[in-house]
Amino acid sequence: MQAFTTLTGTVAPLNRGDVDTDQIIPKQYLKTIHRTGLKEGLFADWRSRPDGSLDPDFFSNQSRYRDATILLTGENFGCGSSREHAPWALLDYGIRCILAPSFADIFYNNCFQNGILPVVLTVQEIQTLFDRVRSQNIYQVTVNLVQQAVLVSEGERYTFDVDPFRKDCMLKGLDGIALTLQHEAAISAYESHRAHQDPWLFHDQRR
Amino acid sequence: MGSQTLFEKIWNQHVVREEPDGTTLLYIDRQLVHEVTSPQAFEGLRLAGRSPRRPLAALAVPDHNVPTTDRSQGISDPMSAVQISTLENNCAEFGIPYYGMQDIRQGIVHVIGPEQGFTLPGMTIVCGDSHTSTHGAFGALAFGIGTSEVEHVLATQCLVQKRPQTMEIRVEGTLPDYCSPKDVILAIIGRIGIGGGIGQVVEYTGAIIRSFSMEGRMTLCNMSIEAGARAGLVSPDEKTVEYVKGRPLSPQGETFEQARKAWLDLSTDSGARYDNLVELQGEDISPQVTWGTNPGMVTDVNGTVPNPADIEDEKVRSATQRALDYMGLQPSIPVCDIQIDRVFIGSCTNSRIEDLRVAAKYVQGKRVSGKVKAMVVPGSGLVKQQAEEEGLDRIFREAGFEWREPGCSMCLAMNADVLTPGERCASTSNRNFEGRQGKGGRTHLVSPAMAAAAAVEGHFVDIRSWNV
Ligand code: SF4
Repeated sequence: MQAFTTLTGTVAPLNRGDVDTDQIIPKQYLKTIHRTGLKEGLFADWRSRPDGSLDPDFFSNQSRYRDATILLTGENFGCGSSREHAPWALLDYGIRCILAPSFADIFYNNCFQNGILPVVLTVQEIQTLFDRVRSQNIYQVTVNLVQQAVLVSEGERYTFDVDPFRKDCMLKGLDGIALTLQHEAAISAYESHRAHQDPWLFHDQRR
Repeated sequence: MGSQTLFEKIWNQHVVREEPDGTTLLYIDRQLVHEVTSPQAFEGLRLAGRSPRRPLAALAVPDHNVPTTDRSQGISDPMSAVQISTLENNCAEFGIPYYGMQDIRQGIVHVIGPEQGFTLPGMTIVCGDSHTSTHGAFGALAFGIGTSEVEHVLATQCLVQKRPQTMEIRVEGTLPDYCSPKDVILAIIGRIGIGGGIGQVVEYTGAIIRSFSMEGRMTLCNMSIEAGARAGLVSPDEKTVEYVKGRPLSPQGETFEQARKAWLDLSTDSGARYDNLVELQGEDISPQVTWGTNPGMVTDVNGTVPNPADIEDEKVRSATQRALDYMGLQPSIPVCDIQIDRVFIGSCTNSRIEDLRVAAKYVQGKRVSGKVKAMVVPGSGLVKQQAEEEGLDRIFREAGFEWREPGCSMCLAMNADVLTPGERCASTSNRNFEGRQGKGGRTHLVSPAMAAAAAVEGHFVDIRSWNV
């Protein structure tokens, strides 16, 4: 996983609440057996209008957001399906950070697995950012994970919370599985204790 | 230890280690695997030179992509075919049990887990699928994960977690006739909203929940995720034990008796506390119909579609307007005036034998409206077989329904079962998101009984006063 420490980038706006993962990446793009190449499907049904033409108002159809690395959006972002294709598609487009008032749990977690930083800001802060994005052709902010702060303009910063363990993994770009495997002895001890106590859980370990 | 909730008991039994900041390595007893969210996980294992820690603690089945028509010809969509053969090959390579498309045990992951006794009370169960919450009906802590975590669990049988909050949703009283578990869960989501359960594990309690069959509890827990909850739980009781008993993968003989005692000890102690409480009264619940583009956009069958002009909050107003535009609905029209084109009875929410029995009762001796195309997709090969033994397939066929092979089908339309743009469907599934059943398709979520009646009439009807 790519590490995340600090990121300065263009903010792309998607001013809707409850954006579900079926919209982030519609099912016709889920038939792949790979993690890459998914940007084709990113918001595919919202990018184009019913007649098939591109919707010029949608952020990903605007040249000024072509290099955006930060997505600004509404509450409960990423609700619905657990498909990790959603963060993969965002990452494939270039998004490394998402700013929203709240996130759906599974999506939030999936972001950390892929080096995308989901940042929860207050409703008021998000609104202010939408206003700024609207008033400027290209609006950039700096997200600093070490300081847990979004620098939104000269001298103005919004702080945010992040779980210390996740923060550490993101800063170092750690492989979560390797970390867990360091606890192999504890896992084995747990298993033998449990297999003794509740043997039906270990139907695969005839003793 | 003091008084504990069901959730706390399961959680505490699965802690492998806990850091001072609460970061917990949680042991995972079982993992269900399907073709869409697993290929990249197996690929990850191969790339890192790892192998599954307990291959027999997993169970794999193709369900999302499978055709529901004649399968003897294989799968015509080449990408779907590759995804399914990839699953089959991965399972063979890593020694994971796999029920292929021709196996009678094949079906939707969340139907076959319980059916096989793979799902047992007190377990932690995961799957790369958000509706893993279904298994909470057994008093198992079950939740959906992404593909990276699928790989994590395969490799380590553990996940790194923070303890979530708990919410009690208590439904007391008695449920009026014609109302089902589907109506209860839709009413709950209508009340707390699709983000109402974020960060929480819900336990459903109260007389009405206790009265539900295991199938009903699965319907209820299935849609916990539609309220944003991490998981949904119902305490195990004698019904749970009876359901589990004798299933191919559940314990037998003496071990079963030992397990039974442990399971019945799991219920929440009196005096245990939840972080949040929501209360509903059964008598207030009516048959539900969603009108919008998420499961929280729901109303009573005798209600009307909302009028954005009446909504003060600007955000809610514009979201409502957007939903009505997508759904092609006029504000304020009665729900029963909504005309439908398609009916889908199926999905991990409502494709079990009991659901099919109820729906069959409503269509017996009747005909599907001439303008409606209706289909029934059983949740598994075994459900299909059972329904056929009971003659339900005949009832559906004679009424004009198509009777299909098991799978996810038009719940998410990854196979050939798709709505065309503008088509309107009464569906027993769990998501009415834009495009869920096909680009431009319009989904109304309802119970099996409501779907069956709508198929006959060609529009929604209040089944409480439906006399034909
Ligand atoms: S039936 Fe629908 S909701 Fe259930 S697992 Fe299949 S696609 Fe997901």
